[in-house]
Amino acid sequence: MSWFDKLLPPKIKSSGAGRKAVPEGLWRKCPGCNAVLYSAEIESNMDVCPKCDHHMRIGARRRLDLFLDKEPRTEIGANLHPVDVLKFKDSKRYRDRLDEAQKATGEQDALVVIHGRLLGSPLVAAAFEFGFMGGSMGSVVGERFVKAIDTCVEHDLPLVCFAASGGARMQEALLSLMQMAKTSAALTRMAARALPFVSVLTDPTMGGVSASFAMLGDVIVAEPKALIGFAGPRVIEQTVRETLPAGFQRSEFLLDHGAIDMIVDRREMRDKLLVILSLFMDARSQIQFPAA
Amino acid sequence: MNPNFLDFEQSIADLEAKIEALRFADKNSELNINEEINRLRLKSRKLTESIFTSLTPWQISQLARHPQRPYTLDYIERIFTDFQELHGDRAFADDPAIVAGIARLDDRAVAVIGHQKGRDTREKVRRNFGMPRPEGYRKAMRVMKTAERFQMPVITLIDTPGAYPGVGAEERGQSEAIARNLYTMASLRTPIIATVIGEGGSGGALAIGVGDRVMMLQYSTYSVISPEGCASILWKSADKAALAAEAMGITADSLLRLGLIDKIVSEPLGGAHRDVSAMAASLRQALLLSLEQLRGMSVEQLLAARYARLMQYGKFDETR
Repeated sequence: MSWFDKLLPPKIKSSGAGRKAVPEGLWRKCPGCNAVLYSAEIESNMDVCPKCDHHMRIGARRRLDLFLDKEPRTEIGANLHPVDVLKFKDSKRYRDRLDEAQKATGEQDALVVIHGRLLGSPLVAAAFEFGFMGGSMGSVVGERFVKAIDTCVEHDLPLVCFAASGGARMQEALLSLMQMAKTSAALTRMAARALPFVSVLTDPTMGGVSASFAMLGDVIVAEPKALIGFAGPRVIEQTVRETLPAGFQRSEFLLDHGAIDMIVDRREMRDKLLVILSLFMDARSQIQFPAA
Repeated sequence: MNPNFLDFEQSIADLEAKIEALRFADKNSELNINEEINRLRLKSRKLTESIFTSLTPWQISQLARHPQRPYTLDYIERIFTDFQELHGDRAFADDPAIVAGIARLDDRAVAVIGHQKGRDTREKVRRNFGMPRPEGYRKAMRVMKTAERFQMPVITLIDTPGAYPGVGAEERGQSEAIARNLYTMASLRTPIIATVIGEGGSGGALAIGVGDRVMMLQYSTYSVISPEGCASILWKSADKAALAAEAMGITADSLLRLGLIDKIVSEPLGGAHRDVSAMAASLRQALLLSLEQLRGMSVEQLLAARYARLMQYGKFDETR
């Protein structure tokens, strides 16, 4: 060691070992503006880029954690597990895909439903786990959504659902298509009891999910710049044989075309939805329902 | 190759060609020729029977899309009387990919709604190959709401590759149009009988497919995505469509077994297009029978049963 090294205070000394000790994922790149950002900073900003406001995709648990009060929280439908009735096999078996998705996400299926509170007001909130086979809707997703509505009807609660899905789950074939009819039909019971359903569309909301309950909210909200549509952009490009305009099928495009009510920043979601739900629930308190 | 026959029917086509040739052959030895023709006809029939008893799902999906398969208007003409077509969604346009109207089935006034494909190139383009845009679904819904007011049963005939994936369709809310129909049909206060007559292509089919009775013609298909679409996503190659058709269980038989449909309407030997009148007659019988079964129910009973039916869709494990 040279006399100069001896003079340096220990923390200035550069060492390879020290650099390796930096935990992975400490820095993240924003997919919106390519800025390299400190992970903790993004996290404390609800996974919204502090530079460009890009709303990054987040998982179902994180979504509900950000949205709901810390307690009370009761999960609904956690006892439902997917099965491979058709013994479906493409390049992989459906059963193996399920096992992988369950291991990777820690979830049993692509929808998580919690009976909890929003700033003190009780409600049921559901969120899609896009990491679970692209948030695809199969039998368990459909049944959990119906169970969410059952809870709302039983306890007179509003429903909020955060969608993030590629559509129906091909591996459950027609059973998954029928979930579109099932979930949409269940919403008629919310309407009959004047219970509000706010549908929040996040990136991405496509296919069978978009073409069923997600577009049936009393109020439909979207996060900024989310991809929302029936057919995927690539399918449309192949059909019409031209490049699609910039911003096609994004939240702002849907707002312009009258398909959604408003775009809400994730950081304002709680406050905004509380105002909306309170208006409906206050109006509802004046309604005389015939005895069941 | 005879375009009236599919590739797996070529041996039948060859026999039929022989029969045709003999019919116009020299009349000198008439007796012998007639004997020969009868022998070949019997052989052709036996061959058709044997080919059609073991069709693969992929062969069935080719039959479901057969260029000569009867379409909605072919059935309307043969099953109903006094058909009055109603046009337009009252908001944007009339979509020729869906035909809707009021008519009589026996002596009962009903609403009829169905996808419509075109027969020749011009008509195919005009009907957009049976792929509706949002205004088609909205027209269907408008006519259903009218039917509800007048307590007319709604009869739907399903035959579409899917809802149209185009720019305008997205701009005008294809998703919402389909979703709204699912919602509306779930609680429509009049009987609904849905029949898949050809291709039941995904959400575009389901959007007029929620009902109290769901039937399929024997060689029709019903699936969440086309076999080609499924193959290109999961197998990364549209050439694997036959495998995808197999895996998804898109035939009437497998869907009846899964409890997703109520009834299969048998087709004439060789498929609906071989004898359109016979096909229409048996579809008519099936529709009348379904209506009869629903006649005794009050609207409340009907809706409760329809809701229960929708809620039982799905297979999963439930642990305590």
